[in-house]
Amino acid sequence: MGTIGALRSSPKAKWAGVALVVMSLLVLPFALAYVGTAWVRITNFAILFTMLALGLNIVVGFAGLLDLGYIAFYAVGAYTYALLASPQFDIHWPWWAILPIGAAIACLFGILLGTPTLKLRGDYLAIVTLGFGEIIRIFLNNLSDPFNLTNGPKGIWSIDSVHFMGIHFGVPSRFAGLDFSGTIKYYYFLLAILALVIVVNLRLQDSRIGRAWEAIREDELAARSMGINTRNMKLLAFAMGASFGGVAGGMFSAMQNFISPESFVLTQSVMVLSMVVLGGMGNVWGVILGAMLLTFVPELLRYSVAPVQSWLFGRSIVDPEVIRMLLFGLTMVVMMLFRPAGLLPSAVRKRELVAPEDVD
Amino acid sequence: MSTEPSAVPAPAAAPILEVERIGKRFGGLTALSDVSFSIARGEIYGLIGPNGAGKTTLFNVLTGIYRQDEGRVRFEGGALAAQTPDRIAKLGIARTFQNIRLFANLSALENVMIGRHVRTRAGVVGAILRGPGTRAEEAAIERRARELLAYVGIASRGNLLARHLSYGDQRRLEIARALATDPRLLALDEPAAGMNATEKLELRRLLESIRSDGVTLLVIEHDVKLVMGLCDRVLVLDYGRKIAEGEPKAIQKDPRVIEAYLGKPHEKAQA
Repeated sequence: MGTIGALRSSPKAKWAGVALVVMSLLVLPFALAYVGTAWVRITNFAILFTMLALGLNIVVGFAGLLDLGYIAFYAVGAYTYALLASPQFDIHWPWWAILPIGAAIACLFGILLGTPTLKLRGDYLAIVTLGFGEIIRIFLNNLSDPFNLTNGPKGIWSIDSVHFMGIHFGVPSRFAGLDFSGTIKYYYFLLAILALVIVVNLRLQDSRIGRAWEAIREDELAARSMGINTRNMKLLAFAMGASFGGVAGGMFSAMQNFISPESFVLTQSVMVLSMVVLGGMGNVWGVILGAMLLTFVPELLRYSVAPVQSWLFGRSIVDPEVIRMLLFGLTMVVMMLFRPAGLLPSAVRKRELVAPEDVD
Repeated sequence: MSTEPSAVPAPAAAPILEVERIGKRFGGLTALSDVSFSIARGEIYGLIGPNGAGKTTLFNVLTGIYRQDEGRVRFEGGALAAQTPDRIAKLGIARTFQNIRLFANLSALENVMIGRHVRTRAGVVGAILRGPGTRAEEAAIERRARELLAYVGIASRGNLLARHLSYGDQRRLEIARALATDPRLLALDEPAAGMNATEKLELRRLLESIRSDGVTLLVIEHDVKLVMGLCDRVLVLDYGRKIAEGEPKAIQKDPRVIEAYLGKPHEKAQA
């Protein structure tokens, strides 16, 4: 049943494949560290953005609700973590307490956004969610006076790193003859959370709840007439998506040790949405691919544009930063022209975009 | 069969649906006015009338899509006031749509499985943990959905997308999806529209079989032959008003009905 059904071929081949992927993921950070430690960091961000994209996928891909303010939930999670584990109020709670709290608060904000937008769809919903995202950012920017909650545009510093079972994630350590930098330790931590997020996504999709979301996306009135409480199901989609964003935000805080409202601008929302659309709305694996590509390709361009220019022309003619974004935009346009349903389209989306005659 | 054409037979058993003096306006347009009727349990009740008579509006009021301005509806003795479509489905009224509203990009099987939503329980936690309870429920949903596909005669097309089914099969699929909600009253909005004679005959058998399973049917239909052969009683609407109610044979001869359909009576108006 469902879209993942197609991926389940023979169980033996499946487990061999899973084992291979797990092995390569475990060695990956050391291979990357060999190339340059910056790449491990970039990979961590790729994982973080994959979590975000998977959260947004629940709202946009499964339930069909366009959300342009998704980064707000990331911000809520990040600030929850920052306020409960930093010198700001001199509170230093452990990560395992704060991450669920961050998820829960983000979830509440999801419901807060969802409630007034229940009757909106498409463009109208996009505009309201966009406004919501901006409201959150502006609040974070201004909640420094008269009571200093967020420290305004200056942001919050010295956020506690994750540490448990004697392992401190902020500092490097040696184990079994290998050097584990803080970044590498976070890599494993993020990977574990991501695995959890993927399982949750796949299981939700292939369930009674996932079908109800699909029904709402296809025809809301028919869904209601079949007994689906569309209000609760939409709120659930917003809440679930938001809590994923909250967890990712908490991890962002812990990893960066510093956050400010600048990290939660509209461009970031658009970026996460692009990952979902580019990868293939509604398809978990497509969304993961989209998030990975959109994190890595700009970075690859950052490192390759200048050398290529000097190799071609002998010197750098155009500012690498400009050409990087130009190439990035061009790639997106070409992608959407040739693969409108995304790189790995969900079975349903593929059907939606293909004229009936073209399908056998 | 009653031989008295003028007497409307009172429903013998306790009525499953009672509609009392329903009125519905859209701005200045009166779509329904002072419509009353009741349907007996196990009946096949027809709803006919010229285009724009208010039949679909009445359906929309009964299924909670519109709220009536006047009057009340009682289903199995309980008031249906201020109920939303999903709660009404849960209470036991299911419907199909005049302009087929399937989940077009989902398979026929998935369409029917969605119909089971209201009679199943797995929530987020159940879906994520996927324990034995959830798995058993999922298996039961799929089993029931396949049974219903077979019941309406499209078992072999379960994996086709709803939008790739033939028109007649789409109508059947809508019935299967509605039946998946375990309704006690099934409201069908022009189930035979676009069907050929053979399909209509099969549809008639299907509806009779649904009735014999204990489901009461309310049917909007234009095909006079089908209505006359199928329905126990018929209600005729014209300009939002009830102009006649009774057994099909009596309705066919009712001058008000003939006038509504054919205009002022001429000598040859007896079709």
